[in-house]
Amino acid sequence: MTSKAQKVVELEHVVVRFAGDSGDGMQLTGSLFSDAAAIAGNDFATFPDYPAEIRAPQGTVAGVSGFQIHFGHKEIHTSGDMADVLVAMNPAPLKKNLMWVKPGGTIIVDNDTFIDKQLEKAGYSNNPLEDESLRDYNVIQAPVSTLTKTSVEDLGLDNKMVLKSRNMFALGIMFFIFNRKLSSADEFFEQKFRANPLVVESNKRILRAGYNYAESIEALSSITYKVEPAKLQKGIYRNITGNIATAWGFLAAAEKSGRQLFLGSYPITPASEILQELSKHKSLGVKVLQAEDEIAGIVSTIGASFAGSFAITTTSGPGLSLKSEAIGLAVMTELPIVIVDVQRAGPSTGMPTKSEQSDLMQALYGRNGEAPCIVIAASSSANCFYYAFEASKLAMEHMTPVILLTDGYLANGSEVFKIPKMSDLVEIKPPLAEANDPEYFPYKRDPERLNRKWAVPGTEGLRHRIGGLEKEDIYGHVSHDPENHQIMSEYRYEKVQRVAKYVEPQKVYGPEEGELLVVSWGGTYGVMMEAVQELHKQGKSVSLAHFHYINPLPRNTEEIFSKFKRIIVPELNMGQFVLHLRMHFQKFNFEQYNKVQGLPFMVKELVDKFNQMLEGK
Amino acid sequence: MEKIKTEQLKPTLTKEDFISDQMVKWCPGCGDHAILSAFQKVLPQVGVKKEDVVVVSGIGCSSRFPYYVKSYGFHGIHGRAAALASGIKISNPELMVWMITGDGDSLAIGGNHFIHLLRRNLDINVMLFNNKIYGLTKGQFSPTTPTGHRTKSSPQGTIEHPFNVGELAIGAQGTFFARAVDTNPKMMAEIMLEASRHSGTSLIEIMQNCVIFNDKIHAEFTSRETRDDSQIYLEHGKPMLFGKENDKGIVLRGTRLEVVKLGQEGITIDDILVHDKYQWESGIHVLLATMEPPEYPIAVGVIRSISDFTFDGKMEAIIKEEKEKGKIKCVDDLLNSGKTWEI
Repeated sequence: MTSKAQKVVELEHVVVRFAGDSGDGMQLTGSLFSDAAAIAGNDFATFPDYPAEIRAPQGTVAGVSGFQIHFGHKEIHTSGDMADVLVAMNPAPLKKNLMWVKPGGTIIVDNDTFIDKQLEKAGYSNNPLEDESLRDYNVIQAPVSTLTKTSVEDLGLDNKMVLKSRNMFALGIMFFIFNRKLSSADEFFEQKFRANPLVVESNKRILRAGYNYAESIEALSSITYKVEPAKLQKGIYRNITGNIATAWGFLAAAEKSGRQLFLGSYPITPASEILQELSKHKSLGVKVLQAEDEIAGIVSTIGASFAGSFAITTTSGPGLSLKSEAIGLAVMTELPIVIVDVQRAGPSTGMPTKSEQSDLMQALYGRNGEAPCIVIAASSSANCFYYAFEASKLAMEHMTPVILLTDGYLANGSEVFKIPKMSDLVEIKPPLAEANDPEYFPYKRDPERLNRKWAVPGTEGLRHRIGGLEKEDIYGHVSHDPENHQIMSEYRYEKVQRVAKYVEPQKVYGPEEGELLVVSWGGTYGVMMEAVQELHKQGKSVSLAHFHYINPLPRNTEEIFSKFKRIIVPELNMGQFVLHLRMHFQKFNFEQYNKVQGLPFMVKELVDKFNQMLEGK
Repeated sequence: MEKIKTEQLKPTLTKEDFISDQMVKWCPGCGDHAILSAFQKVLPQVGVKKEDVVVVSGIGCSSRFPYYVKSYGFHGIHGRAAALASGIKISNPELMVWMITGDGDSLAIGGNHFIHLLRRNLDINVMLFNNKIYGLTKGQFSPTTPTGHRTKSSPQGTIEHPFNVGELAIGAQGTFFARAVDTNPKMMAEIMLEASRHSGTSLIEIMQNCVIFNDKIHAEFTSRETRDDSQIYLEHGKPMLFGKENDKGIVLRGTRLEVVKLGQEGITIDDILVHDKYQWESGIHVLLATMEPPEYPIAVGVIRSISDFTFDGKMEAIIKEEKEKGKIKCVDDLLNSGKTWEI
């Protein structure tokens, strides 16, 4: 059969989605497929999609777990809209994911599982493989379960255990279709199951059985695909999720500043991985307190900051609400802390595993009194590293709380990350007070940045008291003086505003002036970029200003806005950044495009929207 | 932390070293004045450098305390002193952290942090001023106000069961519980010193009088006329005797404590319970902590002091071990760990 003529089609980029029951090992399958893409030199981004329930009923739509990867020869910014290929291990994953497959796309199913009982659990009244419902797709029915069992029957393994490796048969098929090498998966088996050589052997055989099956079936073997390596810069790369990148950014900032890292945090979806990741790295001196609640999470952080640690707390929207009062305390005591809000769909408990950008107003204004904070947002899984580092630098050098916004998509999604060298990162120089400094006063400020000094307990000659009551300018004694409160309120405001002098000006992608400017922020960067690039390909003039600095806004913001006829602000909320912009720049007409479905924007819907606007609608 | 350098440091520091330049603004006659004075006298004896002392508080009358002590100090937000103190202590275990709080601050709004501080057994000294009322908000009942007590927010008397601080603390795995009264500065000072030397969370409940909103709430066991018969000072290794003539004692009958009189019904000194504050089992300690007039005298002194590991001690040990044996020594190691590839 190998003599058969084979057509290899070259693709710019492909989206593959693996879907199965939550016990089918789809996350592992996806991650092994990602490793192979990495070895092939592709750029890629991934996103896991699993149920909120830990073990939802097997075989039902509620229990479906998915993993999507978008890889390509071109630069990849998102985990992709619709899938070119769907691998469905059972009827339920097919039912749940069919809407995410491109018309004409390929669907690979394990037809051994399309039996009455399973179909019924998935809510199918007819077998979709037998009626006409899949006629618009290229459906490949593979007897995955049967062939998995056959391939290892002489090893004498338990049938149930063998069937758990069904995912490796599916992976083998995908490896063939996309011309992948088997070596990375083999290495994984050898490492993971080193205590059990029989299991290593079984997995290797099942993987090859899938690979050989694909080669022998004409529907699969007649065309295979090749995605050429991406034109990535030279360097060492790894795959990283947003939450891990965030955790590592803080570790990097602690090392750069020479401060011990402290994390006070309470577990909450989708932020808990940051807590877990930092808990692993005690060899780097990280101290972690898993607090009794969100409030203790931030208040212990403030205590640690007072005591001289670089201290952070991590949470999601509901937790940020609980931390509000304490953020005010950090504003008042002018101590450096970073609060990470991995945003999820709200209000209240909302949709914990779904993403949204709806905590922006809370981050900016959700406190009693005049309590300004620096607010910045990461825009990709990998740059969570750099924005965590930046948040840390701003907090320490300006002596103020910083809120770092990420979201569920960035946090759980992964992408290719070019590993930096620590020596290439900028310095962080916290304004520590020197022992026995006769000029030290708790609220004496740097004339430029307006920050006070960080006088750490244990240092001789600097004993002082701070707290949540209003403080007298310079000396820091409790003060209820009316004019002093005015002065201190203005200092706290101005200190944050002056940060704009120390951060990068806003960049514009595309022409610097023109018909249409897309203004976005945070986790929607990838999809905005792909949409704008698509329009450029169509020869349209449209530009993108994607914001990372929310408060203060970059100093050249107004200048950028003034060069475009129309400005559209797409957000995954009801219009929060747009309100912020309207407040600051009243002379511009900001148009909105909003979505609150717990889903990301699709490139296509944005392209359509921007095209309509360019046509004058 | 080394806490035995007392003798070397004692001559160099005095009470004046710990008096701040701020005017003390508590009401005249408030019990807080005596507590502050006792504390400032004790600090030179606790065996740490003056810049290693940190005083932390929440909100309430008692929580103004840090402003009056010349040390590093942090006046926090309501109920959160325990969390603030925890962050400070974990961050730098060399510091001696004193947390000042009240019955509202730690048993109502801050109840959660309070029990978890005790459970973690961080090496922090806690002074809980119990005046059984909200003073700073002018006279509402607190979680320790006796049932039926009339206050501004309970004009018909409270309909709640009060907490007993000792019972709550021991139930929350507290390793050190002592009780003092604000009318006895010498005893307060002794207990503060002992608390400072205990490794783990040392809780001192100070029965403190709010002269404005709950005056004489503790009078039965603090007034000169009645205190001898309604207060028992527990000392480790000594029989539990009290009374004007020191002829009353505590015995255990069945599972209850009882008050007896020497010489009556054949009771001799050998029948009287001997206080063992180091006893691991908490049963007797809880019974002692919950004694109340009129049936019993109220127990003061160090009721429980057991030795167990501290959170901060374990944390330091783990970090030391991980730094020695961990493969990741710096962030460059971390960034390049696991699966990477070169382009």
